[in-house]
Amino acid sequence: MSNSKILANGVDVYYGSKQALFGISMDIKEKEVTALIGPSGCGKSTFLRCINRMNDLIEICKVSGSIKVDNEEIISEKTDVVSLRSKIGMVFQKPNPFPKSIFDNVAYGPTIHGLVDSKNELEEIVHSSLKKAGLFDEVKDRLNEPGTSLSGGQQQRLCIARAIAVNPEIILMDEPCSALDPIATAIIEELIDELRLNYTIIIVTHSMQQAARVSQKTCFFHLGELIETGETNKIFTNPDNTKTQDYITGRFG
Amino acid sequence: MFFWSLVLIAVGIFSSFIYGRSRIKLNSKKQGTKSKSLPNYYAQYVLMWCLFPALIVYFSWAIFQEQIIQNIVISNFEFIEGAVYNEGLLLAEIRNVANNPSFADGKSIEIINAASHYSSLKQISQISFYTSIIIMMLLGALYASQKLKPEFHAQHTIEKYIQYILIFCSSVAIFTTLGIVFSLIFESLRFFAEVSISEFLFSTEWYPFIPIREGQTAAEGSFGAVPIFAGTFLVMVVAMCVAAPLGLLTAIYLAEYASQRVRKTVKPLLEILAGIPTIVYGFFAFVSVAPFVKAFGQSIGIDASPTSALAAGMVMGVMIIPFISSLSDDVINSVPQSLREASLGIGANKAETIKKVILPAALPGIVGAFLLAISRAIGETMIVVVAAGTAPNLTGNPFENVTTVTVQIVVALIGDQEFDNPRTLSAFALGLVLFVITLFLNIIALQIVKRYRERYE
Repeated sequence: MSNSKILANGVDVYYGSKQALFGISMDIKEKEVTALIGPSGCGKSTFLRCINRMNDLIEICKVSGSIKVDNEEIISEKTDVVSLRSKIGMVFQKPNPFPKSIFDNVAYGPTIHGLVDSKNELEEIVHSSLKKAGLFDEVKDRLNEPGTSLSGGQQQRLCIARAIAVNPEIILMDEPCSALDPIATAIIEELIDELRLNYTIIIVTHSMQQAARVSQKTCFFHLGELIETGETNKIFTNPDNTKTQDYITGRFG
Repeated sequence: MFFWSLVLIAVGIFSSFIYGRSRIKLNSKKQGTKSKSLPNYYAQYVLMWCLFPALIVYFSWAIFQEQIIQNIVISNFEFIEGAVYNEGLLLAEIRNVANNPSFADGKSIEIINAASHYSSLKQISQISFYTSIIIMMLLGALYASQKLKPEFHAQHTIEKYIQYILIFCSSVAIFTTLGIVFSLIFESLRFFAEVSISEFLFSTEWYPFIPIREGQTAAEGSFGAVPIFAGTFLVMVVAMCVAAPLGLLTAIYLAEYASQRVRKTVKPLLEILAGIPTIVYGFFAFVSVAPFVKAFGQSIGIDASPTSALAAGMVMGVMIIPFISSLSDDVINSVPQSLREASLGIGANKAETIKKVILPAALPGIVGAFLLAISRAIGETMIVVVAAGTAPNLTGNPFENVTTVTVQIVVALIGDQEFDNPRTLSAFALGLVLFVITLFLNIIALQIVKRYRERYE
């Protein structure tokens, strides 16, 4: 498979002695939206956080198996986590802008990675990132106001702008709309659809409608196992596995 | 006398409790109804009505007895025309003779008379003390027993009383503070009646020696507090130079780098530092650090004195490290994890995350911790008494002797002088200034910490 972006093979995750993921294998294609669905505690966020090694932050968390990003192994001592994370942006459940100005929030990534040489260049990146996140028109007159002064939906788009400012190839989204109202959610979903043209997106979501609306591929997790993965249309209309069937028809979860 | 009266009160309230309990049971049995509250509440009700009147008597005697007796004795004293009396000495003499008759030899007849008067008044007072305690307890119990009927809601009343007791307890601390503030203010006013405020605040000469005998001109007091404030400031700056970087870096290590296990052991260990008595720090500063500072000063060609601002400040800095590290650690820890993840998720490394995201977010709280540490450093006494010296030098050289506000207060209060001259009264003026400064620092620090908390909760 030539355009495979992320290739996971037999990923196990332990929190202390408790196993959270059981041999997850997955193939994620370039420039597609892949949705991870499943009931709470099924391990979908845990898997997402393996991809950019965010689980390193949790002392008791151990990851084994193999995940290859662009054919490079990332579950290894030798992986350069910093450059991995600059290649894989992440958007979190709760909007988490820094307590800095809107401009500085977006400029943070390009500055620490030394992507720019001049102020003009930095301004250009900030503006274009805000444009790509669909936020520029709303905030162009108040770039110096604190990012925390925006509304929840705007904050989440600010976080998306911040993630894409370092020019990543993959964007991980961990329930990006769960703290937002339906209108803000619709805007973000539209945005995801546009971003798909340039980025590989993996989104964890609780909302099956959202998965159906934004994704091309869907993976169903249950109790730490990957039950079924396939075209979103197929999963939602004609799943192979009865557990998937039960979940999407609302019999559990 | 006061011990046996406590025993009396204890017996009284115990029997009132038993009485109240059996009485309400009897009453409700007689009426054939169940009492509204449990019997214990009625018993407590009687107990309180017994206890509080007795306590009022107890404390009024404890506070006023001696004063009243002395006044009566003095007013009946047969003063001899033309003789000069010192009232305090006279009273002391009368008391001595009264308590110990063997001292009566060689005393004048007026004093012996007064002493026997004093003793008889004491006896009367004692008898009336015990009688009034017993009467008050009986009256209280009598009043309460009128109410011991099954339809009386004893529990409600008890809860109201308990509320009063709690209010009283919490107001004790507040009124004590107010009392201290007012005594500081009034005594300072007495000081400023003799020394002008502008001299105190702006003059640079501090020689608080006053003529001991009238007409002695050798020493005329001079009360310019500038060198004292300068000394305090110098020691505080030295202390903060030690404590600020060490404390803050410790906090960063504990909050961001240390594993849970290390953190759990190191933090309490650091807090032990805050529990060491300051006098222990003081002689550590004097015995170990000061000689080292002196030797170091000499090795770089500075003539250091055996006690110095540097020695005291350095040790004080060590003392306040836990204040800074512990508070800053809490503040850094309360920076939301989501900010860390956001920064790391973009590909920032740990140092960048701490420098550019966590410290700016925690800055207000850290500043608050610093201010609290500063106010602690300014108010610290024992270390500077032992290790900074007492010479009021106006200097910026930390190798020299300096003195601080707290040291001068100690110096002013040592000795047996009465509080009627500027030298001893200066302690109150200095104390007032110290109080105002630390109060302001504390208020500012708490405000900053509060505002910071609001932002993240």
